[in-house]
Amino acid sequence: MSVLFDGLPRRSLIALAVFFGLLLVAPWLVNAYVLSILVVVLYYAYAGQSWNIMMGFAGQLSLGHSLYVGLGAYTAAALFVRYGVNPWLGLVVAVGVTTVMGAIVGFLAFRFRIGGVYFAILTIAFAEFTRIGFDHAPLITAALADYTGISVDKFPALGGSGGLFLPVTNLSSNDLLNLRGAPIMFYYVMLAMTALALAFCRWLLASKLGYYWQAIRENEEAAAALGINVFRYKMIAVMLSAAMTAFAGVFFAFYYNNLFPEQIFSMNRSIELILGPIIGGLGTLFGPILGAFVLSPLADGITEVLQWAGVEIPGVKQVFYGVCLLLVVVFLPNGIWPVLAKRFKLGREQ
Amino acid sequence: MALLEVRGIGKSFRGLRALHDVSFDVPAGAIHAMIGPNGAGKTTCFNVMAGVYKPDAGSIHFDGKPIAGLRPDQICRAGIGRTFQVVKPFPGLSVLDNVMVGALNATDSVRQARIEALRVLELLHLADKARHVASSLTLPERKRIEVARAMATRPKLLLLDEVMAGLRPTEVDEMVAVFRRVNQETGTTILLIEHVMRAVMALAQHIVVLHYGEKICEGAPVDVVRDPAVLECYLGEEAV
Amino acid sequence: MSDLYLNAALSGALTGLVYGLMALGLSVIFGVVRVVNFAHGEMMTAAMYGAILLSQAFKLDPLVAMAPVAIGMFILGYWLQRGLINSFVTRPEHTQFMLLVAVAIILVNGQLIAFGPNARNVQVDYALDSYQFGSVILDKVRIYAAIAALAVSAALFAFFRFSLTGKAIRACADNFLGAQVVGLDVKRLYALTFGIGAACVGTAGCLLVMLVDVTPAQGPAYTLLAFIIVIVGGMGSLTGALLAGLIVGISEAMAGALFVPSAKSMFTFALLVLVLLFRPQGLLGRTP
Repeated sequence: MSVLFDGLPRRSLIALAVFFGLLLVAPWLVNAYVLSILVVVLYYAYAGQSWNIMMGFAGQLSLGHSLYVGLGAYTAAALFVRYGVNPWLGLVVAVGVTTVMGAIVGFLAFRFRIGGVYFAILTIAFAEFTRIGFDHAPLITAALADYTGISVDKFPALGGSGGLFLPVTNLSSNDLLNLRGAPIMFYYVMLAMTALALAFCRWLLASKLGYYWQAIRENEEAAAALGINVFRYKMIAVMLSAAMTAFAGVFFAFYYNNLFPEQIFSMNRSIELILGPIIGGLGTLFGPILGAFVLSPLADGITEVLQWAGVEIPGVKQVFYGVCLLLVVVFLPNGIWPVLAKRFKLGREQ
Repeated sequence: MALLEVRGIGKSFRGLRALHDVSFDVPAGAIHAMIGPNGAGKTTCFNVMAGVYKPDAGSIHFDGKPIAGLRPDQICRAGIGRTFQVVKPFPGLSVLDNVMVGALNATDSVRQARIEALRVLELLHLADKARHVASSLTLPERKRIEVARAMATRPKLLLLDEVMAGLRPTEVDEMVAVFRRVNQETGTTILLIEHVMRAVMALAQHIVVLHYGEKICEGAPVDVVRDPAVLECYLGEEAV
Repeated sequence: MSDLYLNAALSGALTGLVYGLMALGLSVIFGVVRVVNFAHGEMMTAAMYGAILLSQAFKLDPLVAMAPVAIGMFILGYWLQRGLINSFVTRPEHTQFMLLVAVAIILVNGQLIAFGPNARNVQVDYALDSYQFGSVILDKVRIYAAIAALAVSAALFAFFRFSLTGKAIRACADNFLGAQVVGLDVKRLYALTFGIGAACVGTAGCLLVMLVDVTPAQGPAYTLLAFIIVIVGGMGSLTGALLAGLIVGISEAMAGALFVPSAKSMFTFALLVLVLLFRPQGLLGRTP
């Protein structure tokens, strides 16, 4: 446990405590609208951390991470809608599905030494392939039913491009076990997951696994010469990242109660996932969280201002994201967090 | 049975013959050197031993077990540590972290690895730079990190690829002293590729000479440096 | 029944040549500047919109609009490289990539803001005409587009093979340091190359807009398509890009004919995975 906090100067610990303390009491301090924004922010903070393991720690660029979000979402949702399976159990299955998917992507890529850009393209292709597949789910299910002779009803309903809808029940009472309830419940669930993810990442980074990942990220050849089985550790990174991302998907499904392949598997989603970690600070622990907290509110702020000015154009928010990314890549290639940490001396002792 | 037994190694790259029928032994606890003009195939030979290349012919036995064709990480775990001619530090990591990665080859405990890494850094006079980021160090310092990292893996055999290049004579003497000490205290066997004769003569108990991918001579340093074939390949026919 | 497939395959082949031209631009850029142009598809849709604007404003046939659009894209590409990307050439790969992702995001959404999400295309007078060869019926526009694509590709090959600038560019590709040492202004040549790649895309866009509708959302899809074609054909091989474009065009058309048109990319992705598995250097690429 002490390894989590060791090396951190006193002021960082205090800052961390204040930060999470504020978040803990936030629902009583803000209105419903701000709360909903915070839920989204925490969602991206969590998802960003999961992605950061693969890229920031191990250096493998995935641009198709929406694949795991979507698979996680659909798995839990379909099980819930068709068989009434509890979402937490559904999560376990979802984690299994995404981990296997991650293993497939990783195996295809790493066995054949596909790295860098090629790997990124491969991840995009997988996500797109899955998106189109889910768009045509009814067709595919029907074809499978014909082929195997199993009645169509036996297959899980995935909804196709028209969407998969979860029954929305009690919004007043909070049922944590079934993930049905008011936004405030979802807020605390996401807050807990974000905090847990942070602790987990901290623990990972300080472990042998973390050191080996960073070695691979910095120089694969040298890493191998030091006894590191590069293939195996890359696989672990991909699978772990995919497994963690599954939860983001499950959360998404039960919070928004509808799933459309166009949305959840889209490249836009993949890019939104990675903006936080990159702008916040790739490979750092707090970067993804900072990035999410900076981006979402700013983006929403811009939309608000424009709406107030009578302008409602789709795409403005994304242009803003693009410009932010551009500015960060050009002027702050390591992200905002390292700069902040240095300025306020919040980082680990050097 | 020698610690390292290299027999009849051959390696070609698309028709260009880099190594042909190279054989030599390195007994446990010895310090041997491999010399030869540029392009003689020394680094290729190292790369074959370290698992970067699969030999087209021949065999390599280490500690009695065949290792030709194994992956680099398997070879490291078998007990061979190596440095690279063009240094490959982990630029974004601190010097200490760099060496810890090496030390983690021998232990699963990060704490143990840190202790071991500090010990090795001390040996190579890099301890004061432990927290510095590797990319901020000078080239000679980065060479020392490279050596420290390889040493931290607790190898039985250390393959050093031109680690003295670019060092001033006093620095060369320091490195020679380090290697002698490591060899004496831990019994680590050392095989070095070197052009810096000062280091070769000071360290090596036995020298193997490569030229155009073939072994042309081997023996004690005093004999090798007077051998006509060796002189010819370095200085040309007329000089002999 | 097989007539249907033959028609589909041939149609697809013709479209594929236009895809090939688009991918050619990417291959040139990556082969020389070594920058992964993640904004390639967005540049493609920008060119398509350009052709639409010119057609609306001046009643220009896209085959004619190719010239101004190509020039416009050349300038865009030249300054993008010169002004922004050149300073990134020495930075780590994923940083360059991110830079272009940012450019892509800005381009896509800029187009969304400017043109709205609805599909548009250019309807030329002869859009509904076709030529008939036996049982095969092929659209006139498609044939013209394919011929134009081949002509532009041939011009490009000739440029690289025979012109002094072309050779200078190839020198940069082969050996960055060497090229500098012999006095080539590498930064200028890089910018020139990006401009040429962009002009290819511009031309391809004009041709494609006669065949399909354009929406801003297709930018990323074309980027992916261009990359798949270049990977299948082999990075660094110009002929490979054309050949792979042909193959992809045919496979898309066949997928559309065999299954559902909206699932046509699934074959393409399968092709990508197969190539990465069994021949990662691509069909005509050099063995690593």
